[in-house]
Amino acid sequence: MATEAMVSPVRTPVRAVRSELTQQRARAARWFLLPMMIALLVVAGWPLLRSIWFSFTDASLNNLYGAEWIGLGNYLRWQVLESSGTVRYRGLLVDPAWWNAVWNTVRFAFWSVLWETVLGMIVALVLNAEFRGRGIVRAAILIPWAIPTIVSAKMWSWMLNDQFGILNDLGMRLGLLSQKVAWTASAETAMTAVLVVDIWKTTPFMALLILAGLQMIPKDIYEAAEIDGVHPVKQFFKITLPLVRPALMVAIIFRVLDALRIFDLIYVLTPNSDATKTMSVVARENLFDFDNFAYGSAQSTLLFLIIALFTTLYIWLGRVNFDGGSR
Amino acid sequence: MASIELRNVRKSFGLVDVIKGVDLEVRKGEFMVFVGPSGCGKSTLLRLISGLEDITSGEMLFDGQVVNHLAPSKRGIAMVFQSYALYPHMTVYENMAFGLTLEKGKDKDEIRRRVEKAADMLQIRQYLDRLPKQLSGGQRQRVAIGRAITRDPRVFLFDEPLSNLDAALRVATRIEIAKLHEEMDNVTMIYVTHDQVEAMTLADRICVLRDGLVEQVGTPMELYERPDSIFVAGFIGSPKMNFITGEKADRFSCNTLGVRGEHMQVRDDGIWEGTVIHTENLGADTYIYLEMGQEEPVVVRLEGAQDYPSGSTVRVSPDESKLHRFDASGKPMR
Repeated sequence: MATEAMVSPVRTPVRAVRSELTQQRARAARWFLLPMMIALLVVAGWPLLRSIWFSFTDASLNNLYGAEWIGLGNYLRWQVLESSGTVRYRGLLVDPAWWNAVWNTVRFAFWSVLWETVLGMIVALVLNAEFRGRGIVRAAILIPWAIPTIVSAKMWSWMLNDQFGILNDLGMRLGLLSQKVAWTASAETAMTAVLVVDIWKTTPFMALLILAGLQMIPKDIYEAAEIDGVHPVKQFFKITLPLVRPALMVAIIFRVLDALRIFDLIYVLTPNSDATKTMSVVARENLFDFDNFAYGSAQSTLLFLIIALFTTLYIWLGRVNFDGGSR
Repeated sequence: MASIELRNVRKSFGLVDVIKGVDLEVRKGEFMVFVGPSGCGKSTLLRLISGLEDITSGEMLFDGQVVNHLAPSKRGIAMVFQSYALYPHMTVYENMAFGLTLEKGKDKDEIRRRVEKAADMLQIRQYLDRLPKQLSGGQRQRVAIGRAITRDPRVFLFDEPLSNLDAALRVATRIEIAKLHEEMDNVTMIYVTHDQVEAMTLADRICVLRDGLVEQVGTPMELYERPDSIFVAGFIGSPKMNFITGEKADRFSCNTLGVRGEHMQVRDDGIWEGTVIHTENLGADTYIYLEMGQEEPVVVRLEGAQDYPSGSTVRVSPDESKLHRFDASGKPMR
């Protein structure tokens, strides 16, 4: 249809001989990357490979270096009972405690990221509007994110305390509760408690990432929309949301990765509760508390694979563009 | 088609008064250009008419009806922005149709017909499926104009639509806008620019603004021939009018004498003598800059290519019928 010469992307043929300048640049880039690659190899690559290797051995805490290769035994092994001929499966893949942790983690990740996205978007939209004292509010909203997780977890665990907690006290005084609730200890409310604290803590982070995306949207297209007579709600869904989507997708993936390996908050707020134990928590338990170092390594490896799977799926399904800008 | 009337319109942002009481009438079907230096309030005035800004006091009437608090979309206007303001995630077609699809009771065929008609007028039909980022600046601006046409407005507003285009494209688009005005002779157009050439070439009438006040309103030739103040005289016309003061002006019994470069001749018996400090040869014209003991060099515009070496002495005479005499307050003496 288009007959005129246009700015359409014309693929330039790959030149066989690269110019000297290009080569020089590539060389410089490699040198600049080298320290980072070494650091990553030492602090991330090596421990990761080591964990994966341990997961195929019978390592224990007091016998790390004498560990012997046992193949996939930590993941799945079976035994045929001679008496009845039935097969008994054992190992990580058939461990209900593990799958409970997986389910807890996924549930936690889903609900926390969902709420953080919705609330973060609302906060970002408010902060994107111009009002007096916006700078102070922007700084203030970051406070929950700035507090170390251990501190905020402890703080919330006192607020949620069944005997002395301010939330129970308030609920009783206002007549919202008929009796004090052990928010963090009871199996029904533990996950909700953890979710509330995580959402409180992380919404500001989400809001800030979304706000950065919102500020990239030129103001004048809202004026054009105003003249087109686009209702504000429609403006949000037809203009703001599609345009902030790239930033939003990146923000969500950051949060999903974080949420899938959640550890500290749950470890402090609801220790030892089956209702909230996540993959990281059970992996640590096995690694250090139960002296199942190899088994814990297998869990860590599986955790790594699950996160990798989620990320791949997400990037593929959402077609996230990390270069910024819209597709 | 609408006539627009502004009655003592004022606009303040906080403590800053930007529009300080403007009375103005824009006639039906007229092409009105607001022109003035940056910060004179011309864009603000346009935004007040569009409804994107609320007026602080005064009255704004469209066809005799007060529209002070009417939303932009209800005023029957369309606006073309300097930055195009296209929706980056929508195709050209969607950009143009977006406003219409939101109106109730518009069927798809009707929308398509209107978009295609506008696209044909601007020769952008082959780009309807593209995204704005796949278009050049000039094409984007045409899409923005197309979007405005599709709205079928009573009033067309242009906010410096050519500022982001390069010189050649600016001239081409200027001509297209002039053609558009001829084709859509029932639409009132208001156009903001700081470029007096655009103002002179496009306008039925020009409104010169200065410091939030109307300095003069008139046809381009009225402003050129009978400026109401030194400010207008200096703003309209290129090269800028020469202002001569001191003894030379006293001879013509005025405080400041205004002479346009094209109204001076080089003659051996010229009444003024000056030293050539610079020559600009444009092919069709030559501008010579003369040092004559004035605050600024005096520009003389001569036809054709001419050669006056720097440092040579030249005598010039003004065309006495084309002189502009101003008193000490900057008002013309006629």
